[in-house]
Amino acid sequence: MELFLFKPSGGQASARRLPSWALLVIIGAGLALLPVLTHLIDAPFYITLFSRIMIFALIALSLGFILGFAGLVCFGQAAFAGVGAYVVLIMSDHAANGVPLVEWPFAIGSSSSAFITWPAAMLASGLVALVIGLIALRTRGVYFIMLTLAFAQMIYFFFVNLDAYGGEDGASLAERSSTAGLLDLDDKIVFYYVTFAILALAYIILRKFVDSRFGMVLRGGRQNERRMAALGYSCFRYRLVAFVISGAIAGLAGALMVNHGKFISPSFMHWVRSSDIIAMVVLGGTGNLMGPILGAVAILGLEDVLSGYTEHWHLIYGPLLLLCVLFARRGLYGILTGKGADND
Amino acid sequence: MTELLRVCELSKRFGGLLASNRLSLQVKEGETHALIGPNGAGKTTLMNQLSGELSPTEGRILFREHDITHLPVYRRTALGIARSYQLTTIFPGFSALENVMLAVQAHQGHSFHFWSNARREPGLRRPAQELLARVGLAPRADVLASNLAHGEQRQLEIAMALASEPALLLLDEPLAGMGAEDGQQIIGLLETLKRQHTILLIEHDMNAIFSLADRVSVLVYGTVIATGSVDEIRGNADVQKAYLGTKDEGKGVQHA
Repeated sequence: MELFLFKPSGGQASARRLPSWALLVIIGAGLALLPVLTHLIDAPFYITLFSRIMIFALIALSLGFILGFAGLVCFGQAAFAGVGAYVVLIMSDHAANGVPLVEWPFAIGSSSSAFITWPAAMLASGLVALVIGLIALRTRGVYFIMLTLAFAQMIYFFFVNLDAYGGEDGASLAERSSTAGLLDLDDKIVFYYVTFAILALAYIILRKFVDSRFGMVLRGGRQNERRMAALGYSCFRYRLVAFVISGAIAGLAGALMVNHGKFISPSFMHWVRSSDIIAMVVLGGTGNLMGPILGAVAILGLEDVLSGYTEHWHLIYGPLLLLCVLFARRGLYGILTGKGADND
Repeated sequence: MTELLRVCELSKRFGGLLASNRLSLQVKEGETHALIGPNGAGKTTLMNQLSGELSPTEGRILFREHDITHLPVYRRTALGIARSYQLTTIFPGFSALENVMLAVQAHQGHSFHFWSNARREPGLRRPAQELLARVGLAPRADVLASNLAHGEQRQLEIAMALASEPALLLLDEPLAGMGAEDGQQIIGLLETLKRQHTILLIEHDMNAIFSLADRVSVLVYGTVIATGSVDEIRGNADVQKAYLGTKDEGKGVQHA
């Protein structure tokens, strides 16, 4: 038997809770004004922390899109992000050394510009997602999970063996991506707002997508694939496109990640990382796009607070996650807005 | 009348069980054709092969003289075959209107439209509202499908099947699990549909069959033992034997 914190009938119970637009305003305004706040309380450390949180929120958002709306539990999200990060690292490295990226059949020079390397990161991650999706999306449920896990580990070991870029130890990014002099990404606050803008843009675009015809097909396929086929839909191609979009967004998050820490290593792509991201989506609430952002803020924020007190912060975090899964099917989003789990 | 669907010597084997046994059947354009038979006769198995959810072991299925035996479900839907299921299959998390809108959308080309809000598109809403009105569900348009009564969910299923403007409607026990009153409503609905669509119908309710069917085929042990008008079938000795005959086949009687 499943436990519901909120009766699925909806309506009255939600009246006293936050409407979801208000929650969105709170999250948006909170993140937008955070640097002002940290300046007031003189705690610039939080700018770096929240830049990192927003990058993870972007990865979680990319997963929440396919998990919540298409029902695809993908264990490869961190790997997609890692691919994006390595693309930026490798291109920047080539550019710094003046070595062309490709020498045959024709030479392609490299670049360290964000306008080139970040889209390249999205393209590479999207392509990786395309290849994985072509195979994994032919399966369902636990087989899909296992296949994405297997592919993610293959990518992980590929980079472990990539000795030219540090192998298992990873590699440092010498310089942050250049932006043709428009922005100084070395400035913490500029970087924070670039990350914020990308997260906001991704949210808006995905929000459009999930409410479009395309999104309705994804939702329908999640609820009843058999019926979708009987209506004349082939869910596979829609899922594949969603999977590629998701991979590309995760790749962009990877590009931000390597710029944020000026470092990337394969450990970032380990499947355990992907499971952390799944936890963010589940804790935040599936089936809406604010949930993953809330989940990332909650988990990474909690990690930061709890790890200040004890090394064994997982002992608190674990049961919290469990309670959330058991009692609030729509996670933090459900708790805050009172939205039940049954309305798609 | 021309022939719409022809099933030739269809066999479906599940391990040792022959669920369809060299089954042959013709459905004419415009008719309402009922399939009856005792439980386990292979009626739903036949439906699943016609809709494409099961692939036959042997034999052929021709729709408008095209061989569709190996086409996937969604291709057959595009050709004009729509079905409803014995067990209700709807989208529980969508409203009644959204369920039908998704069905309407399926027949307006591909769905790689990423930007405009599908729920607000008049091109989806209006046809969906008309379909809901046709099956008598217009007042319930905004109710979550999972909160609809059982009979209403069956009506919703039919509305979704109709969205493709199908040439052939496959209805698997549209009256299943319904009270007499709801049943009458569905029968009334099917009576209006039969003027516009060719219908192949599985049903146990003999009253429904008497009032709806132009022809009846009797399925026993995976094969058609008789086809004819309602009166012909009632007078057929083989049918009586199959339905009323020996003890272990007697289970069908309670439905008949």
